[in-house]
Amino acid sequence: MSSTTLFFVLLILSVIGYYLGRQRAYAVVSDVSGKKTLHSRPTYYGALVAIWCGIPALLLFGCWLAFEDGIITNLVVSDLPEQIRSLPEARLNLVVNDVKNLVNGNIVSSKIDPAMQAAADHYRNLQATSKVALGVVSIAIGILGLVVVRAKIAPTLRARNLVEQVIKYILVACSTIAIFTTVGIVLSVLYEAIRFFQIIPLTDFLFGLKWSPQMAIRADQVGSSGAFGAVPVLVGTLLISAIAMVVAVPIGLMSAIYLSEYANKKFRAAAKPLIEILAGIPTVVYGFFAALVVAPFIRDTGGLLDLSVSSESALAAGLVMGIMIIPFVSSLSDDFINAVPQALRDGAYSLGATQSEIIRQVVLPAALPGIVGGVLLAVSRAIGETMIVVMAAGLAANLTLNPFKTVTTVTVQIVTLLVGDQEFDSPKTLAAFALGLLLFIVTLLLNVIALRVVRKYREQYE
Amino acid sequence: MNNSTPKLNIINKAPKRTLDIVNRGLSKRYRAERRFRLYGLLAIIASLLFLSLLFMSIMGNGYSAFQQTFIKMDVFFDPDFLRQESLATADYQGLVKNTLRAMFPEAKSRSDKRLLYGLVSSGASFQLRDLLLKNPDIIGKTRTVWVPADDDVDMAVKGNFERDALEGERRLKDEQMAWIAQLASEGKIQKKFNTTFFTAGDSREPELAGVRGAVMGSFLTLIVTLVLSFPVGVATAIYLEEFAPKNRWTDLIEININNLAAVPSIVFGLLGLAVFLNFFGIPRSAPLVGGLVLTLMTLPTIIIASRSALTSVPPSIREAALGVGASKMQMVAHHVLPLALPGMLTGTIIGMARALGETAPLLMIGMVAFIVDVPRGFTDPATALPVQIYLWADSPERAFVALTSAAILVLLAFLISMNAAAVILRKRFERRW
Repeated sequence: MSSTTLFFVLLILSVIGYYLGRQRAYAVVSDVSGKKTLHSRPTYYGALVAIWCGIPALLLFGCWLAFEDGIITNLVVSDLPEQIRSLPEARLNLVVNDVKNLVNGNIVSSKIDPAMQAAADHYRNLQATSKVALGVVSIAIGILGLVVVRAKIAPTLRARNLVEQVIKYILVACSTIAIFTTVGIVLSVLYEAIRFFQIIPLTDFLFGLKWSPQMAIRADQVGSSGAFGAVPVLVGTLLISAIAMVVAVPIGLMSAIYLSEYANKKFRAAAKPLIEILAGIPTVVYGFFAALVVAPFIRDTGGLLDLSVSSESALAAGLVMGIMIIPFVSSLSDDFINAVPQALRDGAYSLGATQSEIIRQVVLPAALPGIVGGVLLAVSRAIGETMIVVMAAGLAANLTLNPFKTVTTVTVQIVTLLVGDQEFDSPKTLAAFALGLLLFIVTLLLNVIALRVVRKYREQYE
Repeated sequence: MNNSTPKLNIINKAPKRTLDIVNRGLSKRYRAERRFRLYGLLAIIASLLFLSLLFMSIMGNGYSAFQQTFIKMDVFFDPDFLRQESLATADYQGLVKNTLRAMFPEAKSRSDKRLLYGLVSSGASFQLRDLLLKNPDIIGKTRTVWVPADDDVDMAVKGNFERDALEGERRLKDEQMAWIAQLASEGKIQKKFNTTFFTAGDSREPELAGVRGAVMGSFLTLIVTLVLSFPVGVATAIYLEEFAPKNRWTDLIEININNLAAVPSIVFGLLGLAVFLNFFGIPRSAPLVGGLVLTLMTLPTIIIASRSALTSVPPSIREAALGVGASKMQMVAHHVLPLALPGMLTGTIIGMARALGETAPLLMIGMVAFIVDVPRGFTDPATALPVQIYLWADSPERAFVALTSAAILVLLAFLISMNAAAVILRKRFERRW
């Protein structure tokens, strides 16, 4: 029985449990005075049976599937011949992979020797046993739950309270997923980053001025030994983000001002959704646009002006990223401008100020903390943006502030280091996680500061 | 203004009254006002200009990919080539070459022949094979078949490179251009609707590549995302809005959700790589992993939208339900949830649309592989539509630019219809209390 079938069998079993439970509830009170003597409505008895029939069995099912592979692999490895088991870990993993490929009928990297064939057979056997055992045990648990709870049904059983209790636990469990996600991110990134910092000292990473992650694979190979100084990568990220901000902040802010202060209702209703469309376009589309249209345009224009512009210039990536962020800045600024009380505007009008004077000298200063918070959020967006820079910015880590040169960013490096074949103990792959940690910390700090600024400001006028 | 105020004809006199000072600066201030207003308008025009430029360049590049150049060949299914016992493995390539040689007998030398064979896509032989396998009776007969042209020919017919450029600067040689012209004059070369684009998986040959595999991969990924993130998101929102006590723990949850909403998507990819692939050992490139990662990414969006949908249900409804004796869970399940559901669904659709356009985390978990087959299950290797766009955008052939743009148009069509559905849902069920 495949695991999908088993899953559906368990589901069907608990549906059957529901009907049996409900029927039982009717039956228990049929000889007394009818439904009224039941503590809860009959459906709750059904639900109670279904819960006890389905949830323990499904939990077991899930845990089994999660750990089955690891346990079987360990068993198989411990039964391998001594000389294979004493191989270094990397080689052993290769052997295990080959065994698994044999089991799945895939192509194997080396010749099949009898020991591996035996191991594969062993693996297959264990897998079959595990499958049968899982089926028997989970169905038995389901039926056990069904029978026991059904037998317990009595008019005094507080079924509704019990069912609601379980549902509440489920709700609580769901709400903790957010915490687990954060913990998962921090732990997974931190764990690999710590392994990286054991090879490359933290100070070299943070203050090194050279980034070239290509490592020599063999000892005698000619080539760089790898330099992991994150400064050029960080400077590149900041340069592109700064260009993006130079584009996005004035345009976003001015369009928010125009839309909320000047535009009539009709214009606002037409223009606002159009600008918001910019926010809904996938970043890969922006990346394509940057690489196909903007970068060649900038290169050619630069050529006309006798400037040497790289075809993967920071300017192209930053410009397109700025376009992407315009709606973000504009909708946030719009919120904060609207939150400035009308009384402040009226006061300024009564002193004879023109509308632009009011906006510049009253509304904007009042909304400034919020706008700053919004801009900080936008910066964190720009730093974490991946696809545009992967497609339009370069790979060369130049330490420069010249927007016409090629620079690289944190996200670009993460993608290039991790896409493709990886070995999990080379500093090259681990460096990606160190960069990821850096990215996570920087964006987290920006977000925390921005949210605090925004919240503080919001309280001012409420 | 009262009558004693003098008219403003005091230009050469030194200003003495406040009003004069104000009047003097007035025109300057009005100019500043108009300028400021103009800046605002310019900002809006600039962003709309970017938007239209983006759409125009994508459409301008993409529309041509919906058509494909075909060449008409009268194929003689030569019995010498095709033995009954091995129809599936016969030399169809040779059949195509034979036919081409028959069409252009003037190509004699080896290099000429090679140029000649370059006119037709390598997919032509597969097409002939499929035709023959479906209907083995045509052996020994001649059939008219439209086969896809090579991508360079396709580009030439669509006029995507200069015909009068020097021979060294274009992909096609003079002889090939002459043959194409001859075919065109005989009506044997034609642009037809490109069905391959919608029915095929990825391919190294632009004329044989399609988005079907990527669309299916995206679809499967989104199903996983929806099935996991909607119930979990709604449950979290219900707990936080309706049940949670106000304490440190729920504060922590809320802070976490708000922060996760702003974590860069690529970090979720790193999480998926480290946890789902390396720790749990789920197969790489599978829609299942993609769905799991995108679930974690979209959860905050759905939770935040669902919470605001729940808060917009007025307390009087809750009080009335409790007043007639409902338990708290019954109040939520029977009264609050149905009223909040449209808002939650709207938020979910928007979250799904964002997940559909997301690329970076999928790169981390290996959904960038070159996969020809259309995925059929949640653990088959697959790629997603935006990742396909990224892959094609990196391909050097000129024809892939058109394909990329066309794939973007498909992606945008999906996104627009999803967002339109969200808007309709909101309009339809929007309620003012």
